[in-house]
Amino acid sequence: MAAPQSTLLDARAIERTLRRMADEIIELNEGTDDLVIVGIQRRGVQLAARIVSNIFDRETVKVHSGALDITLYRDDLQTVGPRPVVGPTVIPVDVEGKRVVIVDDVLYTGRTIRAALDELADFGRPKRIALAVLVDRGGRELPIQPDVVGKVVAVPNGYRVDVLVRELDERDAVVLAPSGAGS
Amino acid sequence: MTIGLGKDLLGLETLSREQIQLILDTAEPFKEISERAIKKVPTLRGATIVNLFFEASTRTRVSFEFAEKRLSADAVNVAASGSSVAKGETLVDTARNLEAMRIDMVVIRHGASGAARFLADRIDSTVINAGDGMHEHPTQGLLDMLTLRDRFKKLDGLKVCVCGDVLHSRVARSNIWGLTKMGAEVAVCGPRSLLPNAIAEMGVTVFDRIEAAIEWADALNVLRLQLERMQAGYIPSLREYNRVFGVTRERLERAPKEVLILHPGPMNRGVEIDSDVADGPFSVILDQVTNGVAVRMAVLYLLSGGKAELAEAAKGGA
Repeated sequence: MAAPQSTLLDARAIERTLRRMADEIIELNEGTDDLVIVGIQRRGVQLAARIVSNIFDRETVKVHSGALDITLYRDDLQTVGPRPVVGPTVIPVDVEGKRVVIVDDVLYTGRTIRAALDELADFGRPKRIALAVLVDRGGRELPIQPDVVGKVVAVPNGYRVDVLVRELDERDAVVLAPSGAGS
Repeated sequence: MTIGLGKDLLGLETLSREQIQLILDTAEPFKEISERAIKKVPTLRGATIVNLFFEASTRTRVSFEFAEKRLSADAVNVAASGSSVAKGETLVDTARNLEAMRIDMVVIRHGASGAARFLADRIDSTVINAGDGMHEHPTQGLLDMLTLRDRFKKLDGLKVCVCGDVLHSRVARSNIWGLTKMGAEVAVCGPRSLLPNAIAEMGVTVFDRIEAAIEWADALNVLRLQLERMQAGYIPSLREYNRVFGVTRERLERAPKEVLILHPGPMNRGVEIDSDVADGPFSVILDQVTNGVAVRMAVLYLLSGGKAELAEAAKGGA
């Protein structure tokens, strides 16, 4: 049952979008001083790395970057079945007083970001935390909004948004796929 | 895809290679939590865990307690002395009374082989074996494997020799079962009086001379020689044991390659291991202790949560 799957962004469109997002992040933080880019496991980490490289192209500054796995902070751990796989968390700098930008692939209910904010707080007290997402698909269940957005997508019922990155999925794409199909 | 551990962790003999792999892989991200300024994640918030220790233990009990607290569980320690056990209460009655106070898990250390299994069959809570008699000490076996994997990047094909009092050692059994499942070659070395008769049936090589074991092995797991073994007539004297089976610097220096040294503790310096080996460059004895917390956090995490789904997953995965 191969239901239709449509491409919302192809590799070149993702590249352009991430360049613009990098520019907006620099603008939002008035430069790169104290900037720390933190990607959420999994695909947020790869997107964060590309934003860091885009910032370097613009400003010739290598900003600090990290990775956050929020599994242990999920609010649904008591209800999900087998324990989800936990990925690495790497916060290479003291975030105290820094300007942290969380990067994720898709913003949906906001629960992942809630967990990420709790986890970051255990590493210190940043001066400011901002949120950058490649796709905002609406459907929030918590009062959380992004500061930098790649693309806003209206998702029909029964569909979901998948972000594919070449490091993990062999190609870069944002696709709209029927939910229930394997990613 | 979905591998679980089931309700309890009783030993490594009953786990599959995939389940052991899952625990070791899960332990990796937990190492980082203990390096944070705030060494705590909210994962087991609201879970109540009883550490039921019928035998003396510092390392294992403290390690479990840190693991529980770093996962935000509420932990209560019950030691046999000073509890109702000292008044003659049976193991099952003690556990059922604790369960009546609505606990989620019991970590048990007991002098009788099979005590963890006995309890697990009779209570609904998750049971974790923290050492039962001469049977198994699964979390020790797991932390040994994690420490070996850290150094050698693999367990498959690794040559590990368990040295000393294999006969009375639950650490030896968990190591042998776990390591052979992961594809390592396992040997034992010790006086014949301290090796089980049917040891070869566990799929291990037997070395009578420590020099031969050192020459063969990539790593030695040196067991504690319990001092009461001398009175029981298993060995002539501690000095004699050290002279024939002691892991000394001179013996290691004669080996063709570096040999990693593990010891589950507590050590008898100058008996099974010399001080300059225990504190030497190839000793990973303190890394074992650090890894112990991460492995126990991984086990607690994997055993927590929706029980029914876990049981189903274990059925599908094992």
